[in-house]
Amino acid sequence: MNEASNALPSLRSRLDALAVAGVRNLGIPLVAIAIFVGAWSLAARTIQVSFGSLPGPAAVATEIGHLWQDHQAERAREQAFYERQAERKKAFLEKNPAGEWKERKYAGRPTFFDQIGTSLKTVFTGFVIASLIAVPLGVLCGLSKTFNLAVNPFVQLFKPVSPLAWLPIVMILVSALYNPAHPLFEKAFLSSAITVALCSLWPTLINTALGVSSIDQDYLNVARVLRLGWFAKVWKIVLPASLPLIFTGLRLSLGVGWMVLIAAEMLAQNPGLGKFVWDMFQNGSSQTLAQIEVAVLVIGLIGFALDRAMLALQRAVSFGSQAR
Amino acid sequence: MSAFLDISYITKTYGAKSGPVTVVREFNLRVNRGEFIALIGHSGCGKSTVLSMVAGLQAPTTGAIILDGKEVTDAGPDRGVVFQSPCLLPWRTAYENVALGVDQVFFTSSRADRRAIVEYYLSVVGLADSMHKRPAELSQGMRQRVGIARAFALSPKMLLLDEPFGMLDSLTRFELQGVLLDLWQRDRTTALMVTHDVDEALFLADRVVMMTNGPEAGVGEILEVDFPRPRDRGTLLEDPHFYELRENLIGFLNERSHRKPVAGPPPSLVAAGYA
Repeated sequence: MNEASNALPSLRSRLDALAVAGVRNLGIPLVAIAIFVGAWSLAARTIQVSFGSLPGPAAVATEIGHLWQDHQAERAREQAFYERQAERKKAFLEKNPAGEWKERKYAGRPTFFDQIGTSLKTVFTGFVIASLIAVPLGVLCGLSKTFNLAVNPFVQLFKPVSPLAWLPIVMILVSALYNPAHPLFEKAFLSSAITVALCSLWPTLINTALGVSSIDQDYLNVARVLRLGWFAKVWKIVLPASLPLIFTGLRLSLGVGWMVLIAAEMLAQNPGLGKFVWDMFQNGSSQTLAQIEVAVLVIGLIGFALDRAMLALQRAVSFGSQAR
Repeated sequence: MSAFLDISYITKTYGAKSGPVTVVREFNLRVNRGEFIALIGHSGCGKSTVLSMVAGLQAPTTGAIILDGKEVTDAGPDRGVVFQSPCLLPWRTAYENVALGVDQVFFTSSRADRRAIVEYYLSVVGLADSMHKRPAELSQGMRQRVGIARAFALSPKMLLLDEPFGMLDSLTRFELQGVLLDLWQRDRTTALMVTHDVDEALFLADRVVMMTNGPEAGVGEILEVDFPRPRDRGTLLEDPHFYELRENLIGFLNERSHRKPVAGPPPSLVAAGYA
C-alpha cells in the first residue's frame, strides 16, 4: 500500500513531464503557424494587386475545394467518355463484326492533382537517373585517389550551375537525339527529368565518395584477410559500410531535385506543378493567385514528406554504432 | 627440422615527418607447429606491429617471415586474425559475419556443410542462441566470441591474436580465455598472441616471448611455460612454479625490458635450442 502510494507520485510526475514536453513540442509550432496565418490574412486585406486583393488563407482554403471539385468533375467526364466509347464499340461490332475498332484516349486537360502525379513521376525518374550515375561514380572516387582527382574539377565546375542554364541545352539535345517512331516518353518529361538528374546528382556523388573513403580500416582488413575479390569487397564491405552517408547524399539529392523540378517544368512545359504555376500566372484570372498559393503549399508539403521518407530510409540503414 | 613459422631479422621503419622511426629492429623468432606463443611487452613496444606483419597486413621493411615453407607477402585466410576490437561488420548478424569468411574459404563445400561449420563454431563459443543477432545487440564479450569463432571457423594454419581480451572486464576475460583454450585444445593450431597480461600469457602459452621496449624493440628473453595440458586455472594458481614464472616475467617488464637486446646469436634461437 505504502509502496503503491510512493510509486504513484513518481509515475504522475513522469506523466506530467511527458505532457509538458508534448505541449511544448506540439504547442509552439502550432502557435507559430497561427501567428503566420494571422499575419498572412492581415497582409491579404491590406495589399492590393493588379486584380484585386492578395488572396488570404480563407481564399486558399476555398481554392483547394475548387481544385478538388474540378478534379472530380474531370474524372466524371473521363468515365463518361469511356462509357460512351464502350457503347459505340459494342454497336459498331454488332453491325460489322469483322471491322477494326480504334480505341481513343480521353484527351481532357490535366487537373491539379494529375499534375502532382506528373511532377512526382518526373522527379523520381530524374532522381533514379542521378542515383544510378552518382553512386557508382562516388564509389570509384572514394576507392581511387586518382579517379577522384580526375572527377573533382567537373564536380566543382558543374555543381553550382542553375537548372535554368542546363535546361535549354538538355532540351536541344533531347530534340536532336530522342526521335523514336513511338515515343515512350514526352520530350518535355525527358528534358525535365534529365535536368533534375544533372542538378541533383552532386550531393549523392560527394557523400558517397566521402563515405567510401572514410570506411574503417578494420573493415577493409577483414576484406584483405579473406582475400575478397574487387566486386565482393565493394558489394559486401564497401557499399554496406558507406550506406549511411550514401543515403544522406540521396536525401539531399531528392530535396535539390524537387526544388529544381518546378523551374524545369515551367520552362520545359512538362505538365506538372511547375507548368501549373506558370499557366496560372499567364491566365491571370481572379482565382489564379490563390491557386498559385495552393501550389506553393502543396510543393512544400510534398518536399517535406519526401524528406521524411528519405530520413526514415537513412535511419533504417544505419546500423549499431553508426546509428544516430 | 625447420620451424613452422620463421620470423628472421625483421625490421619495421615508418617514415615520419621528424625522420624515420624504427619501431621493431631485427626481431627473430622461430615457432614450432602446434605451439602457443605469447608475445608480451609494454604498450607501444611494437608487439602488435610484429603480429600485423605476420598477418600480412603490413610488410616488414627488411627481413622475412616464412610460414610453413612460404614467405608471407600478403594477408590471407590461412591466418585467422582476432583483433583487439572484434571489428565485426555491424550490418551483418553474428552468423553472417562468420559465414562471410567460411563461404569465401570453403566455396567448394556444399551450402549445408558451410552452414554446419558456421553453426558449429558459433555454438562452441557459446552463441548458439544469439547467432542471428547483429553486433549492436551483443555485449562486448559476445562480440569477441564471434571474433574468435570467425577466426577458428576458417581452420587456419595459424592463429594471430592481437590483445583479444584487452577491452573486456576481468570476469569476461577469464571466461573467454577458457573458451579460447578449449577451442585451441581441439586441433592445436599454431598460435601467436599479443598480450600485456602476465597471468594470461602464463595460462595460455607454451612459451612467452618478452619484448624489449621500443623504439627499436626486439626479443628480450623467452620463458618456457611447461605446465601440462589441459590446464586448469585453479590448479595453476596453487602451483608455486607459477609464481616463480610470474616473478620472472614481472621482473623483466619492470627492469630488464629497458636494456637493448644483447649482441650475438638471437636469444630466441638459444632458447628454442637452435644455436
